[in-house]
Amino acid sequence: MSAKNLLEVQKITMQFGGLKAVDSLEFHIKEGELMGLIGPNGAGKTTVFNMLTGVYQPTSGQVVFAGMPLKGLKPFQISHLGMTRTFQNIRLFKELSVLENVLIAGAQHLTYGLGAAVMQNSLFLKEEKSLREQAMHLLKIFNLEGKAHAPSMALPYGEQRKLEIVRALATKPQLICLDEPAAGMNHQETHNLMDLIAKIRKEFNLTVLLIEHDMKLVMGICERIMVLDHGIKIEEGTPQVIQNSAKVIEAYLGVDDEDNTAEVH
Amino acid sequence: MNSPGQDFIQHLINGISLGSIYALIALGYTMVYGILQLINFAHSDVYMVGAFAAYFAAKLLGLNNSPGIATLAILLIASMVACSVLGLAIERFAYRPLRKAPKLNILITAIGVSLLLQFSCQIFFGADPKVFPNVIEDGVLTEVFGVPLKMNDVSVLAVTLVAMLSLHFLIYHTKLGRAMRAVSQNRTVASLMGVNPDRIISFTFIVGSSLAGIGSVLVGMKYPKIDPLMGLMIGMKAFVAAVLGGIGNIMGAVLGGLLMGLSEQMVVGYLSSTYRDALAFGILIVILIFKPSGLLGKGGVEKV
Amino acid sequence: MLKALKNPFLALLAMLAFGAIVNVAFNSFIQLMLVIILINMILAMSLNLVNGYTGQFSLGHAGFMAVGAYASAYLSTQMPLLPQPFEIFSFLLYALVGGCLAAAAGFVVGLPSLRLKGDYLAIVTLGFGEIIRVVLQSTPAVGGARGMFGIPGPSEPKFIAGYIHASIWVIITFFVIWRVVKSTHGRAFLSVREDEIAAEAMGINTTKAKVRAFVLSSFFAGIAGSIFAHFTNYLNPSSFSFARSVDSVIMVVLGGMGSMSGAILAAIFITVMPEALRPLQELTGVDLRMVIYALSLILLMILRPKGLFGNKEITDYVRKKSS
Repeated sequence: MSAKNLLEVQKITMQFGGLKAVDSLEFHIKEGELMGLIGPNGAGKTTVFNMLTGVYQPTSGQVVFAGMPLKGLKPFQISHLGMTRTFQNIRLFKELSVLENVLIAGAQHLTYGLGAAVMQNSLFLKEEKSLREQAMHLLKIFNLEGKAHAPSMALPYGEQRKLEIVRALATKPQLICLDEPAAGMNHQETHNLMDLIAKIRKEFNLTVLLIEHDMKLVMGICERIMVLDHGIKIEEGTPQVIQNSAKVIEAYLGVDDEDNTAEVH
Repeated sequence: MNSPGQDFIQHLINGISLGSIYALIALGYTMVYGILQLINFAHSDVYMVGAFAAYFAAKLLGLNNSPGIATLAILLIASMVACSVLGLAIERFAYRPLRKAPKLNILITAIGVSLLLQFSCQIFFGADPKVFPNVIEDGVLTEVFGVPLKMNDVSVLAVTLVAMLSLHFLIYHTKLGRAMRAVSQNRTVASLMGVNPDRIISFTFIVGSSLAGIGSVLVGMKYPKIDPLMGLMIGMKAFVAAVLGGIGNIMGAVLGGLLMGLSEQMVVGYLSSTYRDALAFGILIVILIFKPSGLLGKGGVEKV
Repeated sequence: MLKALKNPFLALLAMLAFGAIVNVAFNSFIQLMLVIILINMILAMSLNLVNGYTGQFSLGHAGFMAVGAYASAYLSTQMPLLPQPFEIFSFLLYALVGGCLAAAAGFVVGLPSLRLKGDYLAIVTLGFGEIIRVVLQSTPAVGGARGMFGIPGPSEPKFIAGYIHASIWVIITFFVIWRVVKSTHGRAFLSVREDEIAAEAMGINTTKAKVRAFVLSSFFAGIAGSIFAHFTNYLNPSSFSFARSVDSVIMVVLGGMGSMSGAILAAIFITVMPEALRPLQELTGVDLRMVIYALSLILLMILRPKGLFGNKEITDYVRKKSS
């Protein structure tokens, strides 16, 4: 493995008042890797995502993405650099159509200005056309192309989660952070989703950071896993290492796996 | 001729007196904002209705020309009761049906209620100003460094002080106050703890509106002309005072109100009264640029 | 390029044809109303950009209208009109200058306040509107509180000239806003309305989107002001009070936030309604207009919170029926 580190997280801490939601967390992700981030509810997983994607500025420490320190960058700038995310508590543009959701995410790759939009010149027409084609292509991969014009809030829950991923992909990311993409899905749907993730990873040459609550699921597809508990990394390694770690078992002990109460998000 | 020092003291007295009135009204804005995150545009019109309630109470009871502490107390009670009932009704019939609606809708409703009060009062009471009854004999109580300290200003200060101390006691030393604080921290959790948020919200409107009622009587004493649009400007200024102090923060509203009143009097005293009304918005814009959370406010972290 | 101008041009022709009919068939009162309706349409469409499409809340539209009106009026007193038949270009130029100044004011007001969350914009814009009024009242160069008299206007036939000027801008406003909204820039506005945090995560610069929507909206408010100034030939600071801002808000809310056709229809309705209520007003001797406004606003928010059209267009309904 000679791949470079795409993401380097250097001792980030997030403090809310007296509470350290994440404490001196350090890790890295190599290009092309599929890494899992697990931990009991309230472990700080989503907070990590919020720090990576610029929703929160870490209280201390820094994040370096593709050689670029992210300190002070806004979420949209980080998205332009090639890191994107989905949301655990689905945040689609509810009133807009499925297609519009995807088009919005692709906007950063368009170059035409307001004048071109008003005059509907050739650049406008060309870019809009290719944006639509790419969006439809992505929707097709996830079997959503038939619902392109439906309002996104009319989709069933599982498809909304898929649309979250499609939308994130439309930004053409290098690294995609998936926040519990299978939450609320049944066994079959989850299985499908994992296949899809594997597929898009190949097709788009993606690096993936995956938060999952369900240990079994993560074990199946992740190459490397990191376990967070009370904001502290307690273990990191291959699925085998994690499975046999006493610390991990202890952290999960007494925690109801099916318990789906929202963590600090 | 007054010496510059005496002028200054005069402006100071006027400023504190005006500022304490702003503070009373600002408290209503800040309390409702703290609990509902809503700018209650109708608050200034509740205040206006309070002034009219006192006016009509005086007329009915024949107190138009019998100044004294008793008159003051009666008018205060009349105004507070009227404002409480109105505030309660507004909350119940206009805001509560929209509790889960987008914020924009509630804000528009608030503006609607405000306009409704202004214009229906114009129809009922007429648009021309009415003369507020003589509440307190406005004699000179004493002199401070040669500056007369008027009865009116003293009463304004005394009433405000009593109102604020009671409010402080209510919020920090009673069960109801604790529930109010709990609901404004986190409505869902508070309701899980057995607090009925709707009841507490209603109660907050009652308290905020009564304070506006007090404010309206005090303004009536100082500037004895009332009309259905009287709430507009003073409401804006009180709101700016609340934002200046940090909206949602009780102490902030008091501090903001006093600062607002003082700076306004100083501008009028030393520059020109033309800028009197523009000042509030100038202050507002400056705070919003440099410290949007206000002097005592904390910047909140949005939940994701 | 030419293709893109085809529809606007056809629409303008249709409006002019309509104007020609009104010119011969109706009295001057109806004609006056018609121009006021066009001005209100521009106000409603432009405010819809901010309040409807972008989900922000501006309460100072009258302030931007005032900037455009006064700037344009002042300019017209400083430079001579072009001779007929080119006179209309003078007015187009004045309007453009007025619009640009209003847009600049929009930028100055919007940039600091749009970074903040929620209701602050409402307060700042309200404050701005009031400040503008106070400033105008104490500026002798534009007449102060007495108002500004003798503003040059389109020469006779007054209705036709004013109507053409207003129509041109209605068409421009409509097509510019419509096309922007249907482009990637407009979708950015929509994403801000729907979910700002998700929009940012998807690479939308939400502050930029908001400021753009706001500046564009202010521009057209300034245009509306300019048309108003030259058509009425007289300006008074009190014409641009809070009540006028509220008028515009009501048009947007009534029509449906995010619906262009809704805004247009509401502009017609809100302009005509006071006239329709006039007999009632004469009967009772009181101005019930604002009371009815206020009541309908509250009821609308409670009973039909998305306005009459929601974010749909009238064509959506026609299409559904025919398909």
